[in-house]
Amino acid sequence: MRPIPWKAIIVISAIIISAVLVVPTFYPDIWPHKQINLGLDLQGGMHLIMQVDTDKAVENRTERLVSSVREEFKEKRIRYKSVVKSGISKFDVTIDSKDDFNAFSEILKKQFPELSFQKGNSENKFVVSMKEEEVKNIKKLSVDQALETIRGRIDEFGVSEPDIRRQGDNRILIQLPGIDDPERAKNLIGKTAQLEFKLVDEKADIDNLPMTSEIAYQISDTENKKTPFVLKKSTTLTGEYLTDAKVNFDTQFNDPYVSIEFNSKGARIFDQLTAENIQKRLAIVLDGKVYSAPVIQDRISGGKAQITGSFTVEEARDLAIVLRAGALPAPVKIIEERTVGPTLGADSIKKGLISMAVGGSLVIIFMAIYYSGAGLIANFALIINILLIGAGLAAFQATLTLPGIAGMILTIGMAVDANVLIFERIREELRLGVSTYAAISNGFERAALTILDANVTTLIAAIVLFQFGTGPVKGFAVTLTLGILSSLFTALFVSRVIFDYIYSGKGTKKLSI
Amino acid sequence: MEFIKPGTNINFIGQRKTAFFLSLFLIIASILTLIAHKGPKYGVDFAGGTQFIVEYESAISTGDVRQKLIDSGLKSPVIQKFGEEGQNQFQIRLLDSEHLDNSFIKNLSNVISVSNNKANILSVDMVGPQVSNELRSKALLAIFYSLLFITIYISGRFEMKWGESGVIAGSLMGAVYLLSLLNISIPYLILFALTASLIIFWYRDLRFAMGAICALIHDVLITVGLFSILNIEFNLPIIAAILTIIGYSLNDTIIVFDRIRENLKTEKEHLSLGELINKSINETLSRTILTSGTTLLVLIALFVLGGSIIHDFSLAMITGIIIGTYSSIFIASPFLLAWKSK
Repeated sequence: MRPIPWKAIIVISAIIISAVLVVPTFYPDIWPHKQINLGLDLQGGMHLIMQVDTDKAVENRTERLVSSVREEFKEKRIRYKSVVKSGISKFDVTIDSKDDFNAFSEILKKQFPELSFQKGNSENKFVVSMKEEEVKNIKKLSVDQALETIRGRIDEFGVSEPDIRRQGDNRILIQLPGIDDPERAKNLIGKTAQLEFKLVDEKADIDNLPMTSEIAYQISDTENKKTPFVLKKSTTLTGEYLTDAKVNFDTQFNDPYVSIEFNSKGARIFDQLTAENIQKRLAIVLDGKVYSAPVIQDRISGGKAQITGSFTVEEARDLAIVLRAGALPAPVKIIEERTVGPTLGADSIKKGLISMAVGGSLVIIFMAIYYSGAGLIANFALIINILLIGAGLAAFQATLTLPGIAGMILTIGMAVDANVLIFERIREELRLGVSTYAAISNGFERAALTILDANVTTLIAAIVLFQFGTGPVKGFAVTLTLGILSSLFTALFVSRVIFDYIYSGKGTKKLSI
Repeated sequence: MEFIKPGTNINFIGQRKTAFFLSLFLIIASILTLIAHKGPKYGVDFAGGTQFIVEYESAISTGDVRQKLIDSGLKSPVIQKFGEEGQNQFQIRLLDSEHLDNSFIKNLSNVISVSNNKANILSVDMVGPQVSNELRSKALLAIFYSLLFITIYISGRFEMKWGESGVIAGSLMGAVYLLSLLNISIPYLILFALTASLIIFWYRDLRFAMGAICALIHDVLITVGLFSILNIEFNLPIIAAILTIIGYSLNDTIIVFDRIRENLKTEKEHLSLGELINKSINETLSRTILTSGTTLLVLIALFVLGGSIIHDFSLAMITGIIIGTYSSIFIASPFLLAWKSK
């Protein structure tokens, strides 16, 4: 019986489709299709996991609420002893007299529905806290906003195909392939970029600081040389009113500086601030560090200002980027970083491919010697196997990593297992004296179940690994899984078709095995 | 060509006592080494910290690199030669993460460069303490879950007890989950779960599952012990290797089990269980040796040619596959005999 042609058709079309999928990886221009993705460990690049300090975002909100509550009290003429923050999401309010209690509770209910309060441990004292869902909401929003801000910064920085996504509750995963200055990128991403304009408190005594003032240091400070500034704590003008930030060069020395532009509200505040404080110094503070503190010579309307400092062109450019993209709602911290330089990646690919070629050739030579004719069939199946894994990687847009290449190499070693099982069975059948074709047929049938059983366990391990693994290890799990599936297909289907084609003729050919 | 002639009948079962003692010795040795070294030697993935690979333009001694780092204010940097001869590559590991927030990494290449011999940073791996803790738990859980799923599969396929093994596995997973909510540390949790599953398998007479899981614990323990002796660090790829070894070793075991099951149907009358198991091991011996052989062949190629980064991974696989092959012949199948005395 000749084989039913559709089996051969399936094999041939599988080969053609795989080839179509794999070829663009080596010759990108041949026809439009995606290439096999290389992991960061092979092409070089940076992987970061940042943790957003969501508690800080909640705390910031609490601080703003404290000042809004104070303002509201003033407006409604409620006399109070104190409104002070007492925890991440709560603050204590002490009012002067019981008579104001109703007004106080009214304000909280109407103006601040996100707050609730309880009686405190002394008279007229109340503990006001943010409601649970509001806290959750702030946390979620802060991560979302951080994600968007970081995305904006990276887009402007110019990285091809960055991958930025949320991970878990408060983490952000960032993958930047092919980046050549990782430290600069990290600075750019991690900067909170909280821009504030604060008046310098000229009168204050640095050793006896009034409650309303604080100390900040100059950005250019080193360990040995520190320039302290005493600044008034309160600030009315911040980076949230910015509409644009650009790098410009000073006409005299050609030093770069960043010129910023406020929106109309910001411009109004700036106008008022400068008008009221002529001849005083106004500090430009970014993330708590003073960039410059020029004396206000004149009232500035029009909403434009300059940030100078001893910048390099690159620093000025990065500062403009972070200012344009906006501040992070809360500080972020890098909790995992993996950077691979492009040379190391290229070296890994080269070595991986060489070991694959050598290992594969050894197996192919061995199989040809040990099983002669049948060995050649197994070798053919093995080559198709590698092609199929490549095609699978391209089709699913999976990422090939260094452990992934190791997974492929391992598959080459293990893929012949299925063929070995079949061939050993066929040999056993032949020893029992059955005809060539019957031996082949029985061999395949009897080995099939064992092969399935045996591969399921490795498959289970690979799937668990995929679930738990990150980056490179995931890549290993993917190639291992693809390898198992394709070796099942090649051993049980492709080799079978070839055997049937060669040995099902009318004459009884002698089986070369 | 044939390595194992048909009709070969090596008395593996007869050697089972020797094998058991050998394994017992290896396991005890592994546990003792682990105790002596205070647990496995964790790499940067599981211990946290920072690791750099740097390359100098020309030759320099490890001592000089160390001196440079100590001069820069580091207390105890660990420096190892990396890569091949003549590559001037070093792996630098810092356990503390205090230098990460400032510009330390940025300046590292300047800090360790010598005049006329510039150092380039090839790679950086920084793992914060929180992440390394999580990775450690995840790795242990991954090993545990793959063991568990595999046993369900084995008792299902070989003893047709899908339901029962499913229920056992389900309750074990539930128990682990509930206990993990109580903040019990993961290693103890898994130790508890493994002991519990062994006891259950024993009482419920799930002998194939029991044989397989014992062989697996055997393989994992000895591989881990060997790593401890060889002073190899545990990193994520090593865990990947261990999971693959689990899958692979079982692959071997199942093929022998399959043959035992098949022979049980036809030859139960002529042979004692011991003889039958021995016959099955011999019948599959050729395949066991061939597959392990080709797999080892490619892994050795990877070990020799694959470069330093993949070195430990391929070594883990090589040892695991040798141990796995040994255990499917000498441990898993003879285990089935243990029931005879029960």
